[in-house]
Amino acid sequence: MPRRKRERTVVITGIAGRLGHLLARRLHRIEGVKVIGIDRRHFHRRPKDVEHHRIDIRRKATEDIFRTQRVETIYHLGLMHDPRQDQGEHFSWNVVGTQRVFEFAQRYDVPKVVLVSSADVYGPQSDNPAFLSEDAPLLGAQRFPQIRDLISVDMLAQSYFWKAPELETVVLRPVHILGAVKNAMSNYLRMSRPPTLFGFDPMMQVLHEEDMVSAILTAARPGVRGVFNVVGPDAVPLSRLIALAGRPTLPLPHPLAPLVARNAFALRLIDAPAAELDWLRYAVTLDGSRIRKLLGYAHSYGVQDAVHAALRSDIFEGDAEAGSRRTAR
Amino acid sequence: MSKGRSGAGKTFERIADVARSQLAVAQQARDTGLVEQLWTEISEAAGDFRGLLRDGYRMPEEELERRVEHLLGNKNLNEFGVDPFGFSPDYVRKIFPVVEAMYRLWYRTEVFGIENVPETGRCLLISNHSGQLPFDGAVIGASLLLDRDPPRMIRSMVEKFATALPFFGTFCVRCGQVTGLPDNCRRLLEAEESVLVFPEGANGISKPFSQRYKLARFGHGFMRLALETNSPIVPIAVVGAEEQIINLGNAAWLAKLVGAPSVPIPPLALLLGPAAMLPMPVKLRIYYGEPLSFEGDPNDDDAVIALKVAEVRRAIDSLIERGLRERRGYFI
Repeated sequence: MPRRKRERTVVITGIAGRLGHLLARRLHRIEGVKVIGIDRRHFHRRPKDVEHHRIDIRRKATEDIFRTQRVETIYHLGLMHDPRQDQGEHFSWNVVGTQRVFEFAQRYDVPKVVLVSSADVYGPQSDNPAFLSEDAPLLGAQRFPQIRDLISVDMLAQSYFWKAPELETVVLRPVHILGAVKNAMSNYLRMSRPPTLFGFDPMMQVLHEEDMVSAILTAARPGVRGVFNVVGPDAVPLSRLIALAGRPTLPLPHPLAPLVARNAFALRLIDAPAAELDWLRYAVTLDGSRIRKLLGYAHSYGVQDAVHAALRSDIFEGDAEAGSRRTAR
Repeated sequence: MSKGRSGAGKTFERIADVARSQLAVAQQARDTGLVEQLWTEISEAAGDFRGLLRDGYRMPEEELERRVEHLLGNKNLNEFGVDPFGFSPDYVRKIFPVVEAMYRLWYRTEVFGIENVPETGRCLLISNHSGQLPFDGAVIGASLLLDRDPPRMIRSMVEKFATALPFFGTFCVRCGQVTGLPDNCRRLLEAEESVLVFPEGANGISKPFSQRYKLARFGHGFMRLALETNSPIVPIAVVGAEEQIINLGNAAWLAKLVGAPSVPIPPLALLLGPAAMLPMPVKLRIYYGEPLSFEGDPNDDDAVIALKVAEVRRAIDSLIERGLRERRGYFI
C-alpha cells in the first residue's frame, strides 16, 4: 500500500450550495485532504470521498464532527440570504450558526476559519467612494434592513481577531459572483428583460464563481488572516453587462420602480425585494488591491466569461428543503 | 392693507414689496443708461455669434481626434473602454459637439494663462464657483481640451447630490467626473491626474446676484489633500458666469422639499417659467494663475491650514478682479 500523507481534514458549511459544491470539488482532488460537508440540504452529485452530514449547524450533533476529528480549516459558506424566508429564522440561522462555528473552532483548536461575507455589507449609497476599502463603514442595512444579519455575522467574525488572536480568521467580501449559481445578480442577468432605472447606469464589478473559489483557497493558506475584498476584473457599466448578456432592458422611472418591484415581489414574479433596486442606482465598487498585494491573488476570468457563466443552461438547483440559499453575492 | 393680519395678506405684501423694488431697479437702470448699454452689448454679441457660425467654430476632425488620442495615452481603460471611475472616451466623443458649441458659441469663452496648468503630473485646480448651474466646470474642462496644447483631461469633484441625479449623474461619471470625496481625490492625485475642486461648494454656485464675485467660505479639505499628496495648486477664476442666471435669493424651503442644496429664484421666472433657469449667453473668461506650492503637515490645526487656504483665495480674488477690470460688459 502506498504511503499516505497525514490527512488534513476540512469542514465546509453550506456545501450543498453552488459555491460549496465547487469548493468541495477542488479540495477533494488535492491529495491528503478529507472534506466534510455540513448542510441541511441534500448534496447532489457528491464526490464519493466527501463526507456529508445533513444537519443544522445549530444542533448539538454538529459538535460530534469536531469532537471526533482534527479539523484544520472551516470554510463557513453556510449563510442564508433568502428574502422569502422568515426573518427570525434567517437571523438565527446566520448569526447563531456563525457563532457556533467560531465556538467549535476555539474549543477544538481549529487553526483557521474562512467566512464568505459579501460586498452587500457596504451597501449602495450615493456617496460611496469609487474604491471602497476594507476599512469602509458597513452601511448596507441603512436602506435594506434584511441585510443586517449579514453585517452582524461579518462583525462577529471580526470580533474574533481580538477574542481569539491565535485563531486565523479570514473574512472575504466578494463583489457580485456570477455563475451557475442562484444569487441576485446572476438571476438578474438571466431575466428576459432585466429592469433598469431610467437615467442610471452604475459601475458594476462581477466575479466568476471559479475565481471566487480560487480566492477562498488563497485565503485558506496558513498564516493568512484579516478582511479582504475579493474583486475580479475592472468595473464596467451595468448597461454593458446587460448588453453582454444579450438582453433588452426594461427602463423604469426610479420614483416608480420600488412600487413595481414590491408588487412583483409579492406576486413572486421576481425574487429580489424592492430595496435591492438601489444596486441598479448607485455604484458599490470595491478596492481589491489588498488581497492582490498581500496574498498575490489574481483572477483568471474576464467580465465576458463571468456573464456567460451566469447564462449557462445548467443552473445549479439546490434542494428546496432549506430554502434556496442564495450564496453570498 | 394693514400689516400682519393673515398669512395670505403677508405673502401678498411681500410679493408687492419685491415688485416695487424691481420696478425701482428698472427705473434706475433706464436712468443710468444700462438698458441702452445692454442693448449694444447684445447686438455686438449677436454679430460675434453670426460670425462664428459663418466662419465655422468647430475644431477640425483630425485635430480633435489627435487631442483625444493624446488624452487616452495615459489612461488605464479596460477592454470595455471605461476606466475604474466610469470615464468613457467614446461617450465624450459623442457629446463633444454639444460641449464645443456651448464653449465656442454660447459662451464665446476666452482663456488666459492656460500654460500655467502643468503638462503632466498631479495638480489641483482650484476655482471660484458661480452661475447657479455647474457650467463653469464644463467650460474649464473644455478649455483644457480645446485651448491647451497638448491638451489635458480634468477630473472634477462633483457634489454628491448631483452625481446621484438620473441622467446628469451618469453624464458626469462618463465624462470622467467623480463624486466629491477626499478618498476619490487622493486616488486621482496619486494617479498623477489633474483634479478640479470648487472649495466654495454649493454655497458658491448658489450666490444671489447681490453677492456676485464675492467668494464664499472656502473648505479646507483641498489644502490638506494638496499637502498630503504634495500637489501644486493652480488658482482659477471664471468671470462672467455670475450673470448667466440672475438669482434674487435662495428658496430654502423649496430646496428642502426637493432635497437639493439650494434652489435659486430667478426674477425672470415670472415671465419665462422654468426657462429662466437656462443660462444667458454671457461671455466667459477663464483666468489661470501661476501654480502655488505648499508645504506642511496635512493634519495641522485648522488655523494653520486656514492661512494657506487664504493665500489661494487671495490669488483667485486677484484673478477675478483682473477679469472684472478687463471685461467690457456681460455679453462681450
